[in-house]
Amino acid sequence: MMKLRRDVFQAIADPTRRTIISLVALQAMTPGAIAGEFDFSRQTISKHIQILTECEILKQEQTGREIYYHLNPEKLKTIADFIEPYRKMWDERFDKLEAIMKDQPKST
Amino acid sequence: MEQKTKVLAEEGKQEIRISRMFELPLESLFKAYVDPEIVEQWMGTKVIKLECKTHGSYHFETTDPKGNKHGFNGTIHEFEPNRKITRTFKMENTTFPVQLEFLEFQDINANNSKLEMLIIFKSISHRDNLLKLPFGFGLNMAHNKLEELLSK
Repeated sequence: MMKLRRDVFQAIADPTRRTIISLVALQAMTPGAIAGEFDFSRQTISKHIQILTECEILKQEQTGREIYYHLNPEKLKTIADFIEPYRKMWDERFDKLEAIMKDQPKST
Repeated sequence: MEQKTKVLAEEGKQEIRISRMFELPLESLFKAYVDPEIVEQWMGTKVIKLECKTHGSYHFETTDPKGNKHGFNGTIHEFEPNRKITRTFKMENTTFPVQLEFLEFQDINANNSKLEMLIIFKSISHRDNLLKLPFGFGLNMAHNKLEELLSK
């Protein structure tokens, strides 16, 4: 079976995956603990974890009976990859500003 | 489709340029930076202090999903209504050095305006570290840990 090629860019373009990265950056976590941080179904979170693992942002490690996910910081070194999420963060913020101001009554 | 928000972070420079076209009159765009209640809404932060004047200052505080509070603050060096704000930006309790921000507001026509932001960092690597924060900015999570990790 041919696997879809995953790139770092695709992995970090999604806000849920960015949150997973930032959680795992703080400490290695089990899939259950990661899912516990979200309101989405465990299946949805598993899919996100799978994508992050495929592009090697997350690394699996077996500790006893548990699987822990670690961040692979080497994958996060390319600045070019990071401009897009940064841009998106500002874009979302500015969209919000625009929407709020469009709703404001005309100031006198 | 052309992107509304543009970010330019050239290799080997210690600056980031951000520009954005708004479907808002200039006064409306500027007000979003000055009115504390509006700032709270779009920045997703609590405004503790916002003193919009030359030699004024600001202090914001965000709460992350785990309930930890992260403060950021700065001083306002220049304040010209509907034209520009020059200010510093510092994340509290982190070793990220202060940033200098130049905000320029431009009138395009009665219904459109433009914001240009120039952010200057202490060094190229400080800029790169900020961009590497996985969630894009780092206001909502523990900065210290990430910073440690990224400075390795």
